[in-house]
Amino acid sequence: MSEQIISLEDLHVLLFVVLPYLAFVIFLLVTIQRYRRQTFTYSSLSSQFLENKHHFWGMVPFHYGILTVLFGHFVAFLIPGTILAWNSSPIRLYILEVTALIFGILTLIGFVNTMLRRYFDDRVRRVTTAADWILYGILLFQIATGVWVAIGHRWGSSWFASNAAPYLWSLLKMDPQIAYVQPLPWAIKLHIVSAFTLIAFFPFTRLVHILVVPNPYLWRKTQVVRWNWDRSKRRVS
Amino acid sequence: MDVRAQISMVFHLDKCIGCHTCSIACKNIWTDRKGAEYMWWNNVETKPGTGFPTKWEDQDSYRGGWKVENGKLELRSTDKRGTVANIFHNPSMPSLDDYYEPWTYDYGELFNAPEGTDQPTARPISMITGNPMDIEAGPNWDDDLSGSPVYAKNDPNFAHLSDEQKSQLFAIERMVMFYFPRICNHCLNPACVAACPSGALYKRGEDGIVLIDQNRCRAWRACVAACPYKKTYYNWQTGKSEKCILCFPRLETGQAPACFHSCVGRIRYLGVLLYDADRIETVASMDDKELIGAHRDLILDPNDPEVIAEARKNGVHDSVIESAQASPVYKFVKNWGIALPPHIEYRTLPMLFYVPPLLPVMSSQEEGGLMNDIDELFGDIEKARAPISYLAKIFGAGNESYLRYALKKQMAVRLWRRAVTVGDITKEEAEKALTAADTTPEEADEIYRMTALCTFDDRFVIPPSHREEAIEMLEDPLEYKQSAGFGFRTGPRRGL
Repeated sequence: MSEQIISLEDLHVLLFVVLPYLAFVIFLLVTIQRYRRQTFTYSSLSSQFLENKHHFWGMVPFHYGILTVLFGHFVAFLIPGTILAWNSSPIRLYILEVTALIFGILTLIGFVNTMLRRYFDDRVRRVTTAADWILYGILLFQIATGVWVAIGHRWGSSWFASNAAPYLWSLLKMDPQIAYVQPLPWAIKLHIVSAFTLIAFFPFTRLVHILVVPNPYLWRKTQVVRWNWDRSKRRVS
Repeated sequence: MDVRAQISMVFHLDKCIGCHTCSIACKNIWTDRKGAEYMWWNNVETKPGTGFPTKWEDQDSYRGGWKVENGKLELRSTDKRGTVANIFHNPSMPSLDDYYEPWTYDYGELFNAPEGTDQPTARPISMITGNPMDIEAGPNWDDDLSGSPVYAKNDPNFAHLSDEQKSQLFAIERMVMFYFPRICNHCLNPACVAACPSGALYKRGEDGIVLIDQNRCRAWRACVAACPYKKTYYNWQTGKSEKCILCFPRLETGQAPACFHSCVGRIRYLGVLLYDADRIETVASMDDKELIGAHRDLILDPNDPEVIAEARKNGVHDSVIESAQASPVYKFVKNWGIALPPHIEYRTLPMLFYVPPLLPVMSSQEEGGLMNDIDELFGDIEKARAPISYLAKIFGAGNESYLRYALKKQMAVRLWRRAVTVGDITKEEAEKALTAADTTPEEADEIYRMTALCTFDDRFVIPPSHREEAIEMLEDPLEYKQSAGFGFRTGPRRGL
């Protein structure tokens, strides 16, 4: 065999140890700094105002799809044992897998619609930046490999619980165990690598709107009044 | 009683000549920017007409404002859970085509076109895409087009009129119109504030101005859908919503807002009102017919010692109370009762009031001189070319009594002044008219002066804002040295 510039082993370390840590460091530093210095840029940058018809068919399936899929990943990461136990019965396994696949395809359809709308609607294209297009590229790759994994490498919910979850936990515990991901098929590896890339790129894009979803809204008072002085602490002269 | 101060406005529609100077003054100062070209924080509409954005008064389609369901006040656009569920695609969001596509002209063509036999033209260019476009609508597209089947007939306020009343409105030589200038109403119960998922919109405690915190706006677009007057606008470039700020930087330095200052017809009045914030929700939940009266009762008498004491307790500065006592708005709304809120049935409790137009001038009275019979004169209000029921739809939530009161009083003032200056009506008769309109010669003169002879200082009684004292009330000002300023200074870029 000819001399390799970089061995497969090194490549794995680079992609599954260095990249994730790098991604998380970038993510944390830049989001926080951007929030502190450039709060104004935290916006979902909605384009519904410019194009209100196709918007629905892109945004709604995409968001509901990806939220469900991400929620699935998160649950499998948190409670892998429970997932494995649930999957021990084939019927339950099928139900889980089919649900995941449906929402994955929903995400893909919604996302493709969104991209088409971005490209073909003149007004919306004008408010699409280079960063948006790079993001679209990475996201499309991420969703497509995800759907491909769901179809081509069956029972992802089980091997996510047995392999990906312990790997992610090992990252979190600062004791990376790449042995969990090394034997996985290349499609899955690509999916993982692109996920870390996405996390690294996240703070430079419009994705930051995920971090400012309206959480106090459901609990706050209906009307908001801001005083330029504290009514309770007013000095009585 | 929770006494608060509110800077409020009166627009005297009988004086509006529809010159759009206010709109231009505002546009030049605030919205002459990319992403804001289509916004008209101040606009002037022709009524009957469809307005801007097109048919904004049709809440069945725009779903703005509040509704009362099971005795509870709720937003028409969405409830709280609905806002979260619909956050990815707002079903009640108007789009650019409901307003208009802003354009400029390719002026370069006029100079660069190759020499030829035809005259070079400057084609309209979209300010969004930069492509050539066909102009199909504009911010005052139906200007003066009252009576037109395309615009005036589609006025949402006609929906309830009988065919006879409609034909009355559109008969040739009987057509009628008036101008309807609009800015943000700086409501007491603003739907935009209530709808904002991010809590970016707020009402300023000290003067009631409704603002959008540009740093907290995340473009969820709920305010645009919720405002029934469509006076919050989405900036498509920065991804932030914007609205009329009542020129607060000018107000804080004692100047009238630009649209007020520039008003050629001097139709605009501005002053402080004191109101009871405790009762806002109760009033906003009342029956349609009771709304105007209840809204008016919310406004407190600034000369009442009890009100003054409560206001002081609440931190309202003495100078603001004094300003409220001199407020021209208080006179129009409370003392004289001739200024009415627009579309109070949206239940946002707007704090901009309109003196309804006494239209048309009675040309039918010309032959044989002016009719002297009071019943006849007031009867004419009933037979006015703009049916009272149409005006009442805009200024009375369908309740005609307040509108009739305001029109009658204005008519009586006209008769009284006619008697004083021309003399073809006897003073006795004019006084009879005044009594019938629930007014006196003294009040009539006051109304006349405030309407016709008002000076700048009569029209705008601007309270000192005391922003310097805001900090002093709390802390040692020296500690806050160098901390005052005008917010953030980065350019409004789109994204990072």
